[in-house]
Amino acid sequence: MWTVVVCLLPPLVLSVFIFGFQTLIITLISVGACVATEAVSQKVFRRPITIRDGSAVITGLLLAYVIPPGVSYWTPVLGAVMAIYVAKHLLGGIGFNIFNPALIGRAFLVATFPVAMTSAWLPPIRNAAIFKYMSSGVDTISTATPLYVLKHYGIQALTEKFGTMSTIYGDFFLGWRPGSIGETSAFLLLLGGLYLIYKKYITWHIPTSVIVSIAFLTWMFGGKTLFTGNPLLAVLSGGVMLGAFFMATDYVTSPSQPTGKLVFGIGIGALTVLIRLKGGYPEGICYAILLMNPLSSALEGWFRPKRFAPEKGAFK
Amino acid sequence: MSKTLLTFPKGGVHPRESKELTEHLPIETLPIPEEVEILLSQHFGVPCEPLVKKKDAVTEGDMIGEVKVGLGAAIHASVSGKIKNFTTSANPVSISSPSIAIETDTGAKPRGHTPCAWKDLSRGEILEKIKKAGIVGIGGAGFPTHVKLSPPPEANVDILILNGAECEPYLTTDHRLMLERPEEIIEGAKIILTLLGIQDCRIGIEANKADAAEAMNKASQAAVSNGFRISIDPLEVKYPQGSEKQLIESITGRRVPGFGLPFDVGAIVQNVGTARAIYEAVVLDKPLYEKVITISGRGIERPANLLVRVGTKLSDIVSFLGGTRPDLAKVVMGGPMMGFAVPTLDIPITKTTSGVAFLTDDEIDTTPHSPCIRCGWCIEACPMGLSPNEIGIYVEGGRAEETSQFGLFECFECGCCAYTCPAKRPLVQFIRLAKMKARK
Repeated sequence: MWTVVVCLLPPLVLSVFIFGFQTLIITLISVGACVATEAVSQKVFRRPITIRDGSAVITGLLLAYVIPPGVSYWTPVLGAVMAIYVAKHLLGGIGFNIFNPALIGRAFLVATFPVAMTSAWLPPIRNAAIFKYMSSGVDTISTATPLYVLKHYGIQALTEKFGTMSTIYGDFFLGWRPGSIGETSAFLLLLGGLYLIYKKYITWHIPTSVIVSIAFLTWMFGGKTLFTGNPLLAVLSGGVMLGAFFMATDYVTSPSQPTGKLVFGIGIGALTVLIRLKGGYPEGICYAILLMNPLSSALEGWFRPKRFAPEKGAFK
Repeated sequence: MSKTLLTFPKGGVHPRESKELTEHLPIETLPIPEEVEILLSQHFGVPCEPLVKKKDAVTEGDMIGEVKVGLGAAIHASVSGKIKNFTTSANPVSISSPSIAIETDTGAKPRGHTPCAWKDLSRGEILEKIKKAGIVGIGGAGFPTHVKLSPPPEANVDILILNGAECEPYLTTDHRLMLERPEEIIEGAKIILTLLGIQDCRIGIEANKADAAEAMNKASQAAVSNGFRISIDPLEVKYPQGSEKQLIESITGRRVPGFGLPFDVGAIVQNVGTARAIYEAVVLDKPLYEKVITISGRGIERPANLLVRVGTKLSDIVSFLGGTRPDLAKVVMGGPMMGFAVPTLDIPITKTTSGVAFLTDDEIDTTPHSPCIRCGWCIEACPMGLSPNEIGIYVEGGRAEETSQFGLFECFECGCCAYTCPAKRPLVQFIRLAKMKARK
């Protein structure tokens, strides 16, 4: 668990540099609120207190990473209560939750504070003035995410706002773009994700199938005609990297079988593209994962491991 | 040896070997204890019926119990002395088990053994000698060897595999036997080959025992020229390499079907220790009443490889080795992966005991287990392609009877799942419970 925490820290450091010091405060509040909620919930349900296992810390980090950097400080607290108390402990505690707790927290916040959660985006700071937004306030300088611009104004507007396509690829890959606190840097998320795969904490199946299916389906349906979409832009924007490596791979809410994992990942990719292109939100991976989560136990049953030497007929 | 390492296709884990504690220690002989307790059931099958009465005098090697009807193997007095009483001994699996206690006559002369020319014996005579000697698979399963060596005629056995993998952590008995008595093991292999009427023998040894493989290779050279084809196959160091079905696939590429037996794919597997016991039974007419065991772990004062009499109590062994250390936390009969924790030292060694691990707090994990988080690590580790996670969840949910759909009865309880589980779930115990309930 603590390895996952370490893998999640580089995007936070970057976030402080590009969105300002308050992202660190928001993240700390989110983590603190999650750990506190976990302790109180376990006390209430008379379960052993397991805040030392790092599970609530990860939920806190992930929750902060999927909310915009310009929200008020109490926003993550509400999200944390929803994530840990409702989505995790009301359903039976660790191992029994059906949905990814952090994403339930975010979905709740989007539903209850739609304006803040969809508009408190900040343009990246280029001169490392990390206290800039804390002194000036955020209302006047909020901006739009690339996916929002793309959805509502088209690719033309995107290049006008963020520069030529090659600049966009470079900036988005490194993380210099508006977005949620921890989702912007494809590079750092990829680094952390690949380390988790290398250490065998997660397998390649889910991240690969999510990313490949988003790229493929966007290429197919994302343009004006078939096969003219921009797959690279699709995977570098929004929360694809964060979702693919750190959200969809949550053990409890994803299948444990290679085949099941691939189907799960493709489902997430397909739903993400569907929401992005046809739905009301510019970004869809959060809801795509939440929609696939309850299917994972079914996928587990449909795709069983290949038995080494299965018996024939009934057991003796 | 430049051969590529052989291994099985799926699953497996790499637990800390901890063999360095005993692998360089030559086998020493434990002095004969004052009293032994010989279990009536030391094998797979029906328990023995006693052939002796209280206060009878017995000499070392006398048959004192026999199975008349059904599957089983005879038991023998491991010391000379007097039958003290019929009692029950503590048993790691069945809690208590009926046994015969023998009081040692300290003045008795040791039994002598004169080698005989086994090549003059008929197959029937060899088999009878093995049966009379009460030989069972001493690698752990305890299956009566004379039964295993009489495959049905339609089986078409063409290969003998000797199991020298010894993949279980801590244990070094097979290692030391292969290093110190390779000729006897090879002689045993030749007897088995003759009995089965075949020529091919492959000996699987994990690559961490290069010295043993070298010794075995040397000893096998002489046999090769005699028309037998005996070769050493180095195996990748991976648990459970020594499991019968895994070993057969590692070496021959053949897969034993579910609920099938090795002879279904034309193979017979014997532990190297069993091969040596066959040598002793056939050539020396010596029944199986002595056993090399590894006493290891950081919780014992002096780890050792010991030749002990069957029925010797653990307490006698411990006092011979200078007692236990204060930080001893758990005593496990067998190895830490497949063995059973025992609550007392008043427990006798049986034919199938291959070692006892005295583990300290540093060597075991006492973290309480938590709910399954469905990480799937156990599925990846399972060499049989089962879903231990599901079995555990079903057992906890009171639905143990429904778990055969996950391949419950294909599980041979190697413990890879429990070893790899990050939630420290006692998956093997869940599976054993499920098996008990599903059988009812």
